[in-house]
Amino acid sequence: MAAPDDFRRQVEALRPYLLRFASLQLRDAAAAEDAVQEALLAALAGEASFAGRANLRTWLTGILKHKIVDVIRRQAKEAPLAEEPGEDLEELDGLFDRAGHWAERPAGWADPDGALEQAQFFRALEACLARLPARTAQCFMMREHLGLETGEICKELAITPTNCWVMLYRARMTLRECLQQTWFGK
Amino acid sequence: MKLLSCKETTRLISQGLDRELALGERVALRLHYAYCVGCRRAGRQMEFLRKAVRELPART
Repeated sequence: MAAPDDFRRQVEALRPYLLRFASLQLRDAAAAEDAVQEALLAALAGEASFAGRANLRTWLTGILKHKIVDVIRRQAKEAPLAEEPGEDLEELDGLFDRAGHWAERPAGWADPDGALEQAQFFRALEACLARLPARTAQCFMMREHLGLETGEICKELAITPTNCWVMLYRARMTLRECLQQTWFGK
Repeated sequence: MKLLSCKETTRLISQGLDRELALGERVALRLHYAYCVGCRRAGRQMEFLRKAVRELPART
């Protein structure tokens, strides 16, 4: 096992990554800082439980995820996000005709894996995420960024599974449309 | 079995990323995919979104 000072240095070196990880979910620099701080304290106190594990970043990220969920839970109580369009998904109506078929058939995306090699693509993705309504984005990122099951998301946000699926659907449809316009269709 | 519209299909594709679909739902989805290139593309693109978001924190 590494000497304590060494361990502390390695943990500190990962702070920028952890801050970015937390900010992607929380969209709030101060809240992200809080979550990372709590995670680092817990990590340093629990160094022994890291012994023998392969990847420090993975271990720290696991701790951070719990702290992020704690922050979300606190925020949900203290300052709940505004309600959003209901389950009728009216804003997606333009994508389909009256019979529910594509108004305009989605275009194929050329070389999506190539996009994952480009920093600019990730900026485009972040810009699209920033355009999502707050609750929708929160739910989507809990699912895809934190990797929570929908059951856990429903519990933390006090919503029904149907509500959760609707928000995830809205997020995915909106993001694919946004990436089509700002990246793949260019 | 009732044929799905593209609107219903895309909802099902999305839910398939979040829960296990029932056998009937999977069959209906396959059937729709067989003749609808738009939904096949939308499905691939939603899966790609998942992959892209997972890579996001490592990118600045």
